[in-house]
Amino acid sequence: MSTHADTHAHDDHGHHHKETFVTKYIFSQDHKMIAKQYLITGTIMGVIGVLMSLMFRMQIAWPEEPNVLFEALLGKWAPDGVMDADIYLALVTIHGTIMVFFVLTAGLSGTFSNLLIPLQIGARDMASGFLNMVSYWLFFLSSVVMVISLFVEAGPAAAGWTIYPPLSALPMAQGGSGMGMTLWLVSMAIFIASSLLGSLNYIVTVINLRTKGMSMTRLPLTIWAFFVTAIIGVVSFPVLLSAALLLIMDRSFGTSFFLSDIFIQGEVLHYQGGSPVLFEHLFWFLGHPEVYIVILPAMGLVSEIMASSSRKPIFGYRAMIMSILAIAFLSTIVWGHHMFISGMNPFLGSVFTFTTLLIAIPSAVKAFNWITTIWKGNLQMNPAMLFSIGFVSTFITGGLTGIILGDSALDINVHDTYFVVAHFHLVMGISALYGMFAGIYHWFPKMFGRMLNKNLGYIHFWVTAVCAYGVFFPMHFIGMAGLPRRYYTNSNFPLFDDLADVNVIITIFALVGGVFQLVYLYNFFSSIFFGKKTVQNPWRSTTLEWTAPIKHIHGNWEGEIPHVYRWSYDYNKPGHDVDFVPQNVPLKEGEEELHH
Amino acid sequence: MDLTQGTQEEKNNRAKKMMLWFGIISLIMSFAGWTSAFVVSSSRPDWLTDFKIPDAFVISTIVIVISSLTLLLAKRSLQSGQHQTTSIWLVATFILGLFFIYNQFRGFQEIINLGYNFTGPTSNVTMSYVYLIAIMHILHVVVGLICLMVVIYNHFKQKYDATNMLGFELAATFWHFVDLLWVYLFFFLYFFK
Repeated sequence: MSTHADTHAHDDHGHHHKETFVTKYIFSQDHKMIAKQYLITGTIMGVIGVLMSLMFRMQIAWPEEPNVLFEALLGKWAPDGVMDADIYLALVTIHGTIMVFFVLTAGLSGTFSNLLIPLQIGARDMASGFLNMVSYWLFFLSSVVMVISLFVEAGPAAAGWTIYPPLSALPMAQGGSGMGMTLWLVSMAIFIASSLLGSLNYIVTVINLRTKGMSMTRLPLTIWAFFVTAIIGVVSFPVLLSAALLLIMDRSFGTSFFLSDIFIQGEVLHYQGGSPVLFEHLFWFLGHPEVYIVILPAMGLVSEIMASSSRKPIFGYRAMIMSILAIAFLSTIVWGHHMFISGMNPFLGSVFTFTTLLIAIPSAVKAFNWITTIWKGNLQMNPAMLFSIGFVSTFITGGLTGIILGDSALDINVHDTYFVVAHFHLVMGISALYGMFAGIYHWFPKMFGRMLNKNLGYIHFWVTAVCAYGVFFPMHFIGMAGLPRRYYTNSNFPLFDDLADVNVIITIFALVGGVFQLVYLYNFFSSIFFGKKTVQNPWRSTTLEWTAPIKHIHGNWEGEIPHVYRWSYDYNKPGHDVDFVPQNVPLKEGEEELHH
Repeated sequence: MDLTQGTQEEKNNRAKKMMLWFGIISLIMSFAGWTSAFVVSSSRPDWLTDFKIPDAFVISTIVIVISSLTLLLAKRSLQSGQHQTTSIWLVATFILGLFFIYNQFRGFQEIINLGYNFTGPTSNVTMSYVYLIAIMHILHVVVGLICLMVVIYNHFKQKYDATNMLGFELAATFWHFVDLLWVYLFFFLYFFK
């Protein structure tokens, strides 16, 4: 039956699938292929999201000036090449949605959880390969629906990625509130289903399918991060679904959950008594944990890469795990800090301030542990390591402004300004993106059996690093000067004329940074086919994925799955000839397992 | 308990059972979302304070609790190898499930007869919540009924026995969850007005 039964050495389930092109590349149930599918879909969505940000940045820098790019890409939304105000709002909305959910949630978690969980814990595959496949295809479907919504006659959703009512609840509120908003909701409902199926698989796989000897305290920190991320997802995404359903009731069935007395287009509507603040509570109960769904996997990847590229054990392994758990717990009780200016009771505000500031503790533990890990290490400055260091840098920079914004008394002054845009882009957007890039540079050989070009990687990192700070650092200043976010143009306010030049500088940095991502894309796609062939363990790492054959086989290992005898950070351990000891090497006689 | 031990098949079965449990956690979270919204909204001026739970909901609560018991009896007779009795209890559970849904809709009718509407301009928000929560629960009951249908079909095909009943157990766990969920929602609506 099977033509390659020799490579299919499953130890105790003896069925072989005949793999056709469709079952291998399209409806694959193999976690490694699904990881690549997630990565490539996420990359395409990322290109769309970044392109949108470049377009609205150009509008902010050169307000209402004709632009050939707008004319070519926006069509009727840019009459004579001048961007329409409605499409500006839509671009901001869809940019946020795509980057947060489709790139940094599905693209990041979907790729690396799928790739690394079975390989690093020593499992043949996910607990349910079928549900894993369904999860990817639901993600693909939701991406397609989201992209289709860009072509709706009246425009895509334009209520911001947080879709607050009434803009999202009244189909006549603005152009994008009609069919555009409906498709947004459909797409996100499918996305939530996909994310839940994925998360359930990750959780039960980590708990149940570990190889012999792989106790929870021997797991690499990547797995801990993916595991906790999945738990946060299972707990918080359903609440977004609850909120979305109430919203759909208001939109389509005339209920008043979120709507109050409203007068629109010369007409008094029947709604009464509802409050959009209720929606904000429900939304941010997901929305805040979502930030950690984005950042925790990046933290896990960075921890692993930093230890491997410093040739040192990770500093404070248990403290790292405890801080992941603490962040996960705290993430569910801080959502109110997004709503300090929504008329929140000042006492309640102070409670949310307190819980929010507590997050600084585990975050600082992690930041110091990373710095201590690379301290006096034998640093291997490959692109993955550079992006990891970049991650720590932007995470600290963005985290510091988090302390300011988490304090209700300070937040109220800068809440709807570019200060907030600067904060969250650095602390979760750029940081998570760096984590993702680091992961791709590090695990590309595992995914495709070839290496990414190092020199192009250096160019990619340095230009990206300079441009990311070039874009977001000045935003702190224009934010403190009071420049409001989400405005189509500021030219009507002479007060802000002085800031116009800063906006031009920001946009130039954004354009340069954006264009240089082409270097990465070229590197990525050409290396899949023409990159230098990898060796078995290119980074000389200790984790199990590097013991699996370079050429992917269904079931991951030929013969028996390796057993594990030590934790995943035995770098430069005294008494060994090499500077790393893989997890599947038994302890020598008299060797003690590092007490961690 | 060391979960790294066991054969591939044992590990996989364990994983699938656990997957259902975590799935149930996520379903609980969505209902927690709605009931919290209910609590928050109860301070609204247009909230109904004198609302009484329809009698049909009381009947349906009793019905769904009984259906859980019949499913337990089905499991017990399956374990002792009584094929015929198992079939009877399974079908009884299924019929009680249908009867539950019927009673829920009777309850909706009772509310409408009192002069409250669930949707549209004449709707009242308290009743909109009751309707939404109950209808979402009915949706889960329908999923449970579909699972039961699969179990009944497999049972007639003689697929289950005392040693091989993973599918049966998964369906039963979900059914008991749906039952307990309604009992929670019923008492929530009863005590929290």
